[in-house]
Amino acid sequence: MTTTFDPYASSRETTEGTVFSVTGGDWDSLVSEIGESKEERIIVNMGPQHPSTHGVLRLVLELEGETVTEVRTGIGYLHTGIEKNIEFRNWTQAVTFATRMDYLSPIFNETAYCLAVEKLLGITNDVPERASVIRVLMMELNRISSHMVALGTGALELGAMGPMFFAFRDREIVLDTFEEITGLRMNMAYVRPGGVSQDLPAGMNVKLREVVKSLRENFNDNAKLLIGNTIWMKRTEGIGYLDLAGCTTLGITGPVLRSAGLPWDLRKMQPYCGYENYEFDVITADTADVYGRFLVRMAELEQSLRIIEQAIDKLDKLEGQPVMVADKKIAWPAQLALGADGLGNSLDHIREIMGSSMESLIHHFKLVTEGFRVPAGQVYAAVESPRGELAAHVVSDGGTRPYRVHFREPSFNNLQSTSAMSEGGMVADIIGAVASIDPVMGGVDR
Amino acid sequence: MSEEQTGMFGATGTGDTSGYGGLVRTAASTGSTERPYGGYFDDVADDLERAYPDFADAITRVVVDRGELTLHVKKSRLPEVAYVLRDKLKFEMCMGVSGVHYPERTGAELVALYPLLSMTKNQRIRLEVATSDLDPHIPSVVEIWAGNNWHERETFDMFGIIFDGHPGLTRILMPDDWDGHPQRKDYPLGGISVEYKGATTPAPSNRRSYQ
Repeated sequence: MTTTFDPYASSRETTEGTVFSVTGGDWDSLVSEIGESKEERIIVNMGPQHPSTHGVLRLVLELEGETVTEVRTGIGYLHTGIEKNIEFRNWTQAVTFATRMDYLSPIFNETAYCLAVEKLLGITNDVPERASVIRVLMMELNRISSHMVALGTGALELGAMGPMFFAFRDREIVLDTFEEITGLRMNMAYVRPGGVSQDLPAGMNVKLREVVKSLRENFNDNAKLLIGNTIWMKRTEGIGYLDLAGCTTLGITGPVLRSAGLPWDLRKMQPYCGYENYEFDVITADTADVYGRFLVRMAELEQSLRIIEQAIDKLDKLEGQPVMVADKKIAWPAQLALGADGLGNSLDHIREIMGSSMESLIHHFKLVTEGFRVPAGQVYAAVESPRGELAAHVVSDGGTRPYRVHFREPSFNNLQSTSAMSEGGMVADIIGAVASIDPVMGGVDR
Repeated sequence: MSEEQTGMFGATGTGDTSGYGGLVRTAASTGSTERPYGGYFDDVADDLERAYPDFADAITRVVVDRGELTLHVKKSRLPEVAYVLRDKLKFEMCMGVSGVHYPERTGAELVALYPLLSMTKNQRIRLEVATSDLDPHIPSVVEIWAGNNWHERETFDMFGIIFDGHPGLTRILMPDDWDGHPQRKDYPLGGISVEYKGATTPAPSNRRSYQ
C-alpha cells in the first residue's frame, strides 16, 4: 500500500490496519504562506468541534481580513436516523426516540409527536383535561430550562461567564422538578399517545409553587447582569440582523421571528393542549438583532411562569382525574410508580397481571409487544417549541407502527439563516448570531 | 399496504394469536373529497380556482382528512401553483418538504409533501406531489420559498428525489460519498452489518418482532 505523506494525518501500520493520527493545521506555515501573498482572503473551518458553535456544527468561513464574505454551514455530524428507527417501533415506543432529537426540549418533541398520533386516531378531544394541563405545565417548565441554556451558553460564548452560572443554576431547579415528576431529568418519554405516562406525585402542586417563586426571584440575577449592560449591548445590538421579510422567506419561526416584530406564536394563533384557556402575552422586539432575541427570551421566561401558575391552579381543581384516555385499547397498560430507586413498574400492577387476572396479562402483553393500530392516513401537528414551529408529519398505513414520521425541526430550518445574518459582518459576530438562533444539533441532524 | 415481510423468527402477518388485535386494516382512500370541505378549505379551493385558471388540470385530487386539506398537484405544475399560492393566496411560509416512499404504488412511488402556512390568514394547507422511482424528478420550490433549500436537500438525501432547479442539491445529513437513500422502504434499518469478534448481528429490521 502506498500512501502519500500528509502533514495533518500521519499514519502508521498496525495489525488492525492503517491508523491515522489527525492533527490540526500548522499555524506557522499558514501564516507564512499568507504573509507572502497580498490577498487577505482566507478560508477558515470553524468546527465541527468548537466550543462556540453550539455542538457539532461546522462553519466554513470565507474572510476578507476580519470581514466575513461567505458562510457555509455543514451539518449532519449528529445524524442518528431517528425518523428511520421510528418506522421499526410501535406507536408508543416512538416517543422514546422522538424525545431524544432536540435534547434541550424533550417534552416538546414528545408532545408534537403525540398530538399527531392522537389526531390520526381521532382521539384529540378524548384526551383528559388533566393530561393536557400537565403537558402544558411540563412544556412551559421545559421552555424555561431550554431558554436558560440559550441565554447561558449564548452569553458564555460572547465572553460573559457569570450569566451561565445563574442560568444553569435555574435550569437545575427545573431539571430536578422533571426528575421528581417523571423519574428522569431529560429524554423522559413522559408524554404518551393518549395522555401522559403517570400522574404527578402527591404534594407536587405545593412544590411547584415554590419552584415558580424561586425561579421568579432568580431570573432577576441575569436580568440585572445583562439588560442594559454596555458591553453586552455592544456585542449584541445590530448584530445578526434578519428582518421580517428575511424570516418569512427562510421559514423562520420562534424568538427569531418575534424579534423582527411579528407576534406569531402558535400557542395563541393555533392553540393546542388547551392553550386558549391561559392568559399570557406574546413577546416581541422590533430590533431584529441578537439583543432583541435575547430580550424576547428573557421576557418569555416570565410568561412561562404565568402559564405554570395557571396550570397549577387548574391541577388543584382536577385532582384525582385520569391522565390517560379511557380507551383500554390505546392506553398504555403498564402502570409506573416512583420508588426510592427511581421510576419503575408498579408492584400493584405486576401483582394484578401475574397473580390475579389472565385477561389483564394478555391485554398487557398484546398492547406492550404488538401495540395498537392507527387508521391509515397522514397528519401534521405543530407546537410552539422554544425555537419555533416544531411539527410532526406522521403517516400511518393502518398498522401497529408508524409508516413514516418526519419532524419539521425549527433548529434545522432556522440554522439556514446563519449566512444571511453573518455575511458582511465581523467574524466575531458569527458567534452571537448563531447563539441567537439557538440551534440544537441533536434536533438539526436527528 | 406494504409488501410481504420476512424476519428471522417469524411473526409474519399480524403475529396475532388471540384475535384481540382485530385483523382489519383500513387503507387510505384514493378518491377526492366531495364538497363542501368545511371550514376555510372551501374558500382556499375557490380562491385558487379563481386565481389559477388551470386548476382542474393541475390539481388531480383534493383531499380533506382529519381536518387537513391536501391538494395533489401534478409535478410539472408545482412551481405555477406554488407561485399563485404564495402571491395571491398569501401562503407566505412553506414549512419544508417531507418525503414518503410507497414501493407498491407503481409509477408514483415517491411522494413529496409541502406543508404551507399563511400567517396573514392563519391557515394551513398541504401540497402533495408524486413521482415515479424511475424518474425521480420534481421541480424545486427554493426559488419561491428560499427556506426550502435545506429541506429539499434532506429529502434528496433520504429518498433520492431530485429537485430540478435547486441551487446546490447535495447530501446534507449523510456523508457525501454515501450509497443509497436511507429512508426508502427498500433500505434496511442498520444497513451496515455490525460485526463483533466474528459474530454478526442482524440488522434490527431482521430481528424478531411483531408486525
